[in-house]
Amino acid sequence: MPKDDGIGASTKRREDVRFLTGNGKYTDDINLRGQAHVHFLRSDVAHGRIRGIDTSAAEAMDGVLKVFTSADFESAGGLPCGWQVTDRFGQVMQEPKHPILAEGKVRHVGDPICAVVAETYEQARDAAEAIEVDIEELEPVIDMKSALADGAPKVHDDLTSNLCYDWGFVEDNKDAVNAAFETAAHVVSLELTNNRLVANPMEPRVAVGDYDPWGDSHTLYTTSQNPHVIRLLMGAFVLNIPEHKLRVVAPDVGGGFGSKIFHYAEEAFCTYAAKVLKRPVKWTSSRSEAFISDAHGRDHRTKIELALDADHNFTALRTETYANMGAYLSTFAPSIPTWLHGTLMAGNYRTPLIYVNVKAVFTNTVPVDAYRGAGRPEATFQIERLVDKAARELGVDPVELRRQNFITADQFPYQTPVAVVYDTGNYHATMDKMLELADYAGFEERRAESAKRGKLRGFGIAHYIEACGIAPSNLVGQLGARAGLYESASVRVNATGSISVYTGSHSHGQGHETTFAQVVADMIGVDASSIEIHHGDTSNTPMGMGTYGSRSLAVGGSAIVKATNKIIDKAKKIAAHLLEAAPEDIELKDGKFSVAGTDKSVDWSGVTLAAYVPHNYPLEELEPGLEETAFYDPSNFTYPSGAYGCEIELDPETGKIDILRFIAADDFGNIVNPMIVEGQVHGGLVQGIGQALMENCVYDDQGQLLSGSFMDYTMPRADDVRGFTVDHSCITPCTHNPLGVKGCGEAGAIGSPPAVVNAAIDALHRAGHTHVTHIDMPLTPARVWAAING
Amino acid sequence: MTRVTMTVNGRQMSAETEGRTLLSSYLRDLLGLTGTHVGCDTSQCGACVVLVDGKAVKSCTAFAGDLEGAEVTTVEGMANPDGSLGRIQQAFQDYHGLQCGFCTPGMVMSTAALLAENPTPTEEEVRHYLEGNICRCTGYQNIVRAVMAASGQDAGALAAE
Repeated sequence: MPKDDGIGASTKRREDVRFLTGNGKYTDDINLRGQAHVHFLRSDVAHGRIRGIDTSAAEAMDGVLKVFTSADFESAGGLPCGWQVTDRFGQVMQEPKHPILAEGKVRHVGDPICAVVAETYEQARDAAEAIEVDIEELEPVIDMKSALADGAPKVHDDLTSNLCYDWGFVEDNKDAVNAAFETAAHVVSLELTNNRLVANPMEPRVAVGDYDPWGDSHTLYTTSQNPHVIRLLMGAFVLNIPEHKLRVVAPDVGGGFGSKIFHYAEEAFCTYAAKVLKRPVKWTSSRSEAFISDAHGRDHRTKIELALDADHNFTALRTETYANMGAYLSTFAPSIPTWLHGTLMAGNYRTPLIYVNVKAVFTNTVPVDAYRGAGRPEATFQIERLVDKAARELGVDPVELRRQNFITADQFPYQTPVAVVYDTGNYHATMDKMLELADYAGFEERRAESAKRGKLRGFGIAHYIEACGIAPSNLVGQLGARAGLYESASVRVNATGSISVYTGSHSHGQGHETTFAQVVADMIGVDASSIEIHHGDTSNTPMGMGTYGSRSLAVGGSAIVKATNKIIDKAKKIAAHLLEAAPEDIELKDGKFSVAGTDKSVDWSGVTLAAYVPHNYPLEELEPGLEETAFYDPSNFTYPSGAYGCEIELDPETGKIDILRFIAADDFGNIVNPMIVEGQVHGGLVQGIGQALMENCVYDDQGQLLSGSFMDYTMPRADDVRGFTVDHSCITPCTHNPLGVKGCGEAGAIGSPPAVVNAAIDALHRAGHTHVTHIDMPLTPARVWAAING
Repeated sequence: MTRVTMTVNGRQMSAETEGRTLLSSYLRDLLGLTGTHVGCDTSQCGACVVLVDGKAVKSCTAFAGDLEGAEVTTVEGMANPDGSLGRIQQAFQDYHGLQCGFCTPGMVMSTAALLAENPTPTEEEVRHYLEGNICRCTGYQNIVRAVMAASGQDAGALAAE
């Protein structure tokens, strides 16, 4: 096996060459012959009744082909929601229709009302300004608790209230949890906000719809993390197009972070309009549009309480969370604050009793859905902030309080009281590794040095757990998922031995073309350069569920392993025939089949050629060809975990926080490409640190988005963050997938926000500002200064 | 409509433009050079940076019509004459300075402008110079490493504080 491209090698990414030379093929780079352009006229008020729309002036303008309104979509369905949550009373959630273009009402700033299709984008945009929309403004509901007040204006007139669901988990534990609080020696509580964020992948969303009238077939090119999911949702539920007449292609995609999982109105629009107009129709989002049309993330308000006994053992945990759904239910929105959040509330600890209550609320804001981590960052932030607060209130070391309550290495598999079973982990090991790399022992000396300069130094700790490798289909089906969450792969071995792999996973920055080839190269023992990874096109890959939830290697990679094992099994039979031996005596090593204990062998390409030129071949027993498909459905989630340490310096004069060092000691199970894993963690860290210090999505009380551009929404930049040390040497392999991998895509964004906030509180307390027990994210200089001086 | 001619990546090219045609649109839509990306509409993200007469310019802020006769270099013009990755491009691959690749053209072009002005920048200088280029994937650490390596300096020695 060439050492530089198998499992465990930091193989350089092959996809980089096209990206670095300007030859990537992103959706906006696709221009079809005869293509027209659409511009969406979007609501500039948060809540209103549409009294009339006059498109006549717009339709008379140069280049305009048609102006669409909701009347053009009477036969279409609404955008479907992929997860139905059942509340704590046994009732299913309230599920309003999400039309492609606004029907009767507008419900958030950015809600599309009309779509103008013209010869050029500029003509479409010019014409949109000539449309007269008569809107009766209604009082909006923006704040979640106000939205639930009696008599609050309703986002959806046909629902009973703005409450989507009131979920309890585990409902049967509720009384026992409350009883444990009654008898607790200590109770620590905290109210906190998990601030609303915008994912902001650097590539804005794009959709190009194309229609072939001769075959009555549709093609949609779109910026998606999961083209098959889009094909299923849009074809079956929105436009009534059967799969064999609908191809969805997600070519190179410029980042997703969750925001490109969901099926959006613009995709359905372009697909539909292309058929109406018999021309390709293209939409390219501007960044300003992205802010008001991409699903947002987070936006939880929580009260969390921890009960401890006299020896500081955690005895119970309970939470009450308000989760913002926005104006409509985005594709996976209901699952984020429930099953992806409540099931992680044990964290890394042995807390025996847990009760989680979540009220999901409709407001006149952009829909909220999964963003990097999706539910798990919210869980981790609450737990790790609260444990830190508990240590401070009890006067014990936050490291020791955690260690005392950690699930220990000998307790796995570990059944938590919130349904999931952690297969492996070693939280003491990751904590030790982090403290060692952080030179925690030398902190006090560094703090004293900072103090001489008038700066407050603090060290913050967080230990996270996440559930990745999403997900066992039968389990999530019971929990309300309306889709399976397996993954698929086809491995096509070509006659001369090269290999084409078709995966249902989708790469939008993760480097699958490199890592998946490493896996197959390692298994067969051929050069990775002879393996090509194909993804993103429903016409040539088996039905797959795409990329999110750190699932690609754990689930998609496992499907590739499964298909490759089928290939190897068949190839061994062919080799056995060629070598006149029994299949069970054939060994495959370094791309060569040999008969055990002999010097008889045939190389990989000799077998593959025989498969396709079957002149000397057991045709009575074996079909020609060498191509296999596999579907892999995981039996459990995977559980990456890790210890994060953040060392900051805080300027008490200005409230400004500088991150001086950030240590991530993760347990991702086995690692295929360490270079890529490190890059994933770096990116996650900066998104998490961005949330903790800078990023905030802000609405005013009329539902106007105040942070609607990169001039207002503070994206981390190169001089904002530095000093990362990333380690993944603590390895407890996943026990239930063939690679033993856990996933690494979201960890950084999950573990870092509480570490940063804990560091700030630590700095303030060490300097005597003990009245500051919490500051809500983002910890901007203004907020920190106000906390100190408040 | 006005015909505008520029020298792009060493070749003379021209196209009919409107008064409002931006350089980014001129390159992408009229010349078909889609390596230059547009990631925002407020001149903040830097994905569209190209060199105009040797200087880094956000091509979404310049009108094509103002640049008659300009010498423009885009990411498509950064490879070696034999087609292999140029020095900056190679450093980005070597140090994993890109993930989704969308901001990458702007990062490569800003780096080219930086190293032309300052052949051996410090880490601080690199980070400061790249403030106008937003990356959402990498967390910047490997981009900074790549720039240091492209300038012939030790890329492993990024200071913790």
